[in-house]
Amino acid sequence: MRAVRHWSVRNARGLMRLYDLFQGAIVAMEPVVRRIGYDRLEKPVAAVEHVIKGAMFDCQMCGQCALSSTGMSCPMNCPKNLRNGPCGGVRADGHCEVKPDMPCVWVKAWAGAQQMMSENILDVQLPVDNRLKGKSSWLRIIREIKAGSLPKPHSSARKAA
Amino acid sequence: MKTKGNLEAKLARGEFVITAETTPPDGADEQSVMDKVGCLKGLVDAVNVTDGAGARSHMSAFACAAIMAKNGIEPVLQFTVRDRNRLAIQGEFIGAPAMGIPNILCLHGDAITNGDQPDAKPVEDVDSKGLMSMARMLRDEGKLPSGREINPAPGLLIGAADTPRDPDASFKPTGLQGKIDAGADFFQTQFAYDIEVLRRYMAVLNDAGITEQAHFIVGVGPLISAKSARWMTENLFGVHVPDAVIARIEGAQDQKAEGRKICAELVEQFKEIKGISGAHLMAPRGEKAIAETLTEYKLRG
Repeated sequence: MRAVRHWSVRNARGLMRLYDLFQGAIVAMEPVVRRIGYDRLEKPVAAVEHVIKGAMFDCQMCGQCALSSTGMSCPMNCPKNLRNGPCGGVRADGHCEVKPDMPCVWVKAWAGAQQMMSENILDVQLPVDNRLKGKSSWLRIIREIKAGSLPKPHSSARKAA
Repeated sequence: MKTKGNLEAKLARGEFVITAETTPPDGADEQSVMDKVGCLKGLVDAVNVTDGAGARSHMSAFACAAIMAKNGIEPVLQFTVRDRNRLAIQGEFIGAPAMGIPNILCLHGDAITNGDQPDAKPVEDVDSKGLMSMARMLRDEGKLPSGREINPAPGLLIGAADTPRDPDASFKPTGLQGKIDAGADFFQTQFAYDIEVLRRYMAVLNDAGITEQAHFIVGVGPLISAKSARWMTENLFGVHVPDAVIARIEGAQDQKAEGRKICAELVEQFKEIKGISGAHLMAPRGEKAIAETLTEYKLRG
């Protein structure tokens, strides 16, 4: 699936636009989500999310998606699980020191971020909250945007600031 | 002798030992350690140093234990598998005797989700038996699991935890035997306030030959109130404070004094039970209460 993952990074800009539309749509559905119940939706939504993001990004379901800050390159595929990379071990050809046949996730991330013309990659990502592992990021985003604790739309964060 | 420690020597001589427990301080100097645990110096044979008890960070247990050793308090350094992988722990096993720490206690550790940083990642690279067997390999074979030699090998007395329970007819101490087989030289137990249960439990262990293979140091402590005793019974795994004990504390004018008295009486009773090698006194943030109990009732290991 690495080929698809790399395609996603190459098309990070288009995907970001698509995602912004998608995010707007799911946030608009919040009243429905609330009526059905976040808890009841958790499992099915997480399953769908796993299939879609798994296919496109080799998503590892950390439950706190950083794709829009990492050029659509999932940092959880880094063998060191770096959320703020790359490390000092990138090879001269841009490949990973741990898995020499794999292009560095973070080299890809910086390329993707440039594509997206976004500076979100400069944001320092906080340590992973391990309680969220396996949970849906989408539901969390809906909830947090509605609660006002996640105010900024991803792609324009820095421009707005 | 496996170690240079006093605890092992005394256990080997068959003398009754007394150990206590401290939690490393929330302060970054030697004084913070000694302010807490200094009161136990000379009163006990060794003091356990908890390792992130309750899944909360304090001064590192290793640093705290090294400071204690330097100041003449023999530590039992507790190790959990929750926060470090095998490489980190092996390094500390090798470093412990170098800093005057001769005893270790291998545990799993409280769940991270119950601590004050529940978002942290539990490591759990090995289990507590894995820890014991690594420690024993280092000590007895002088090598790491990779085969690399450690010279001199670390002299360590290896401890494990246990919870006394009322044994029914089908109870077999296979768990304890498994820990002994993994390397346990001694056990320290959860609080045991029910002396009759403890008697029945120890009888089973004696019959099974457990107490011939490892020393058994039974947990107890000065209860501070009837309310606290009830809370412990309801919330602490494996702890049962009998109603009669709670009633006695409840009826006392000074509940804390009564708690110390009950603790001292239990320690005296432990000495009479075959197979018990010592008492392990625990009291959360209660190093001083332990010291008072020992002094007041002239309990000596």
